[in-house]
Amino acid sequence: MNQDQPILQMSGIHKRFPGVKVLSDVRFRLFPGEVHALMGENGAGKSTLIKVLTGVYSTDEGSITLEGKPLVVRSPLEAQSIGISTVYQEVNLCPNLTVAENIFIGSEPLIFGRINWKEMNRKAETLLRDRLQLNIDVKLPLENYSVAVQQLVAIARSLNVSAKVLILDEPTSSLDRGEVEQLFLIMRKLQREGLAILFVTHFLDQVYEISDRITILRNGEFVGEYMADELPRIELVSKMIGRELQMLERIPKGADNVSPQAGIIAQASGLGRKGVIEPFDLAIRQGEVVGLAGLLGSGRTEVARLFFGADRPDQGKLELPIAGGTAASPRQALEKGIAFCSENRKTEGIVGDLTVRENMILAIQARRGWFKTISRKRQDELALEYIKLLNINPSNPEQLVRNLSGGNQQKVILARWLLTQPQLLILDEPTRGIDVGTKAEIQKLVMSLSEEGMAVLFVSSELEEVLRVSDRIAVLRDRRIVKEIADQEINQHNVMQAIAGG
Amino acid sequence: MNRMFRHHLFWPLAILAALLLFNLFYSPDFFNIVMRNGHMYGSLIDILNFGAPLVLVAIGMTLVIATKGIDLSVGSIVAIAGALACLTISRGTDQNALSLVLSAVGLTVGLSFFLGAWNGFLVATTGIQPIIATLILMVAGRGIAQLITSGQIITVTSDTYNYIGNGALAALPFSIFIVAAIYLIVSLLTRKTALGLFIESVGCNPQASRLIGIRSRLIIITVYMFCGLCAGIAGLILSSNVASADGNNAGLWYELDAILAVVIGGTSLNGGRFYLTGTVIGALIIQTLTTTIYMIGVPPEITLVVKAFVVLTVCLIQSEVFRKKVVQRWKTRRYPAEREVSRHV
Repeated sequence: MNQDQPILQMSGIHKRFPGVKVLSDVRFRLFPGEVHALMGENGAGKSTLIKVLTGVYSTDEGSITLEGKPLVVRSPLEAQSIGISTVYQEVNLCPNLTVAENIFIGSEPLIFGRINWKEMNRKAETLLRDRLQLNIDVKLPLENYSVAVQQLVAIARSLNVSAKVLILDEPTSSLDRGEVEQLFLIMRKLQREGLAILFVTHFLDQVYEISDRITILRNGEFVGEYMADELPRIELVSKMIGRELQMLERIPKGADNVSPQAGIIAQASGLGRKGVIEPFDLAIRQGEVVGLAGLLGSGRTEVARLFFGADRPDQGKLELPIAGGTAASPRQALEKGIAFCSENRKTEGIVGDLTVRENMILAIQARRGWFKTISRKRQDELALEYIKLLNINPSNPEQLVRNLSGGNQQKVILARWLLTQPQLLILDEPTRGIDVGTKAEIQKLVMSLSEEGMAVLFVSSELEEVLRVSDRIAVLRDRRIVKEIADQEINQHNVMQAIAGG
Repeated sequence: MNRMFRHHLFWPLAILAALLLFNLFYSPDFFNIVMRNGHMYGSLIDILNFGAPLVLVAIGMTLVIATKGIDLSVGSIVAIAGALACLTISRGTDQNALSLVLSAVGLTVGLSFFLGAWNGFLVATTGIQPIIATLILMVAGRGIAQLITSGQIITVTSDTYNYIGNGALAALPFSIFIVAAIYLIVSLLTRKTALGLFIESVGCNPQASRLIGIRSRLIIITVYMFCGLCAGIAGLILSSNVASADGNNAGLWYELDAILAVVIGGTSLNGGRFYLTGTVIGALIIQTLTTTIYMIGVPPEITLVVKAFVVLTVCLIQSEVFRKKVVQRWKTRRYPAEREVSRHV
């Protein structure tokens, strides 16, 4: 490893947005042939630092040098042309274009001034096969593929241009274990070729598995730069959240807080949707946290959506013994006291142009109808109460939700649903792309809500998290609920075995 | 000071003021208002009076655009409304009878509601894109209007009907009161109830709105119906003003002027946040511009070119990118993604 000369150096970086200071005096170095993890909680400024580096944002102060030469990046395109490529947290591709088009957009192979489609498709295919071991039809629209594949395509796209620095902003948050391995294989290969990789993730295991060096940010400030093998895990976490961590401890589970007599809130019998999820039976009781475990694409989300009426079942029925009737549409579900927090925060969660306050009150207001307005004073009270309760940062209720970091947006959506005081709260990947501290906060919240009698359906791709919060776990495999595991039987081994089958 | 520049009404107001100021220099008696027969006369009154239909249509358009839609059919609805009202009155035995005029107005309002509902139905339930869905009525509507008038220009001689577009109340043109009333009602409905919030939510993120439990279809149909209503009333005012209905030319290009007014007023065509007051000012800017062009005597063959030129200038002044380019402040240079961030503050 070349230790003497960093390829990229950022120093004294300052950045503020209207009303928020996001970066103050941050520095960062990147050496060729290393994987450098950038760590920090939500709102620590990781994404902003990356956007500054790639020319999406300008800096207010500070300097950036690339290979010793001062650097002013004015646009992402310019960053790319000088060798800084980025794969963002949320996939930024065009879902209605083909895979090949997405990879070569802006740099299509030409023949007599026309796009050479054959050549383009062939090149895309080889690129995906040889470098990512991905065998897919590149002529199909991108939206036909899972998020995981889309992520790999995004990486392929950045490999396409000759890069010196590759930035991966949470590339693994929607990949399953095998896909992560595959990605790491590729990262190591690129690393050997001398590429400098900046890697952002929330998974500690992955940080230690792949990184050489770690830089930690907290609240927009630089905490320190460490070699990965010299920094104990526990120290890393406490530096990130800046306090002693009780939250990472196993949350003690209330001894059997769900009695078998507890009322059933929702009962699915033979509920299913062709080609999406096989018919299943599942009951959720008051005060119970039911976890859904399974691999990516096993049908977790689909089960959750059927419970909320977000998708229409074509067989079986959903009964709500306490509220009465069924939930055939989101609107009906809400009336019956069911709330659903979608996994797609951006497209199905936040309303970006509206403020934090407006986003929070939307659901209760919708239930009250447009005419029975909540007074502005009450709205402000509610917003401030929940900002405090959920520790939302920045704490300004009039901030546009779009300007908040991912974790804080998630909290705003949680607040929106909690305000409706649901009997059943469905959380689909509530902690995706969220830092350790917030994750623990949300998990604790789920536990305390269930102690108060709320039923929770908890979906997560992190098995550890499902194990921690659930009273009962329904395991899915290949679009089918294969097993229910309860109470004492809940442990990693049992669940893993059920997921794997056999 | 910075707050003032950032306010969404700052640039529309500044442009309107600049236009008025230009007129003042050009003809010093521009601001003069005289009383005659209990009516006020003057250029400013004219702008308000002749601008009334456009303001009305633009208010309706604002709500449609806020839901990420667009309504191209308003010009045709203006023509249909005028044609139906005039036809009904011209068939009456006593054209001055209040009952006849009221029934004509009622019929017209009903029809424009229906036409708006048709647009809303197409957009909300069939999944046709708004620009296409309303294009259908834009094209067909002219035909319907001509069908009603049998291809002729229908003239009416009804003082009662004439009052809508030419009458005066408290010395001011009656049309101004109609517009003011509708503006007030809409402002109250959208800002004092949650209707405005729902409209913005549907326009900004339709999928999330569905999961929140907002009846987005109903909201979309409602805004198109309201837009149709506005266009219908505008048609009444226009036809009453000239005491005739012309299926071919009434309300021609109104949709474009209305869209322009909405955009000048600060509402984005991407839906979401909307600004009713901004729209009113935007419509007044367009009307002032038209009046100015007539007043300074631009030759008729180049009026459209002059108008286009001024509109281009207005849009450039409104564009933050352009302003930044002109100002070229090196230290606080802004990047594309930040521009979005600093809006609506």
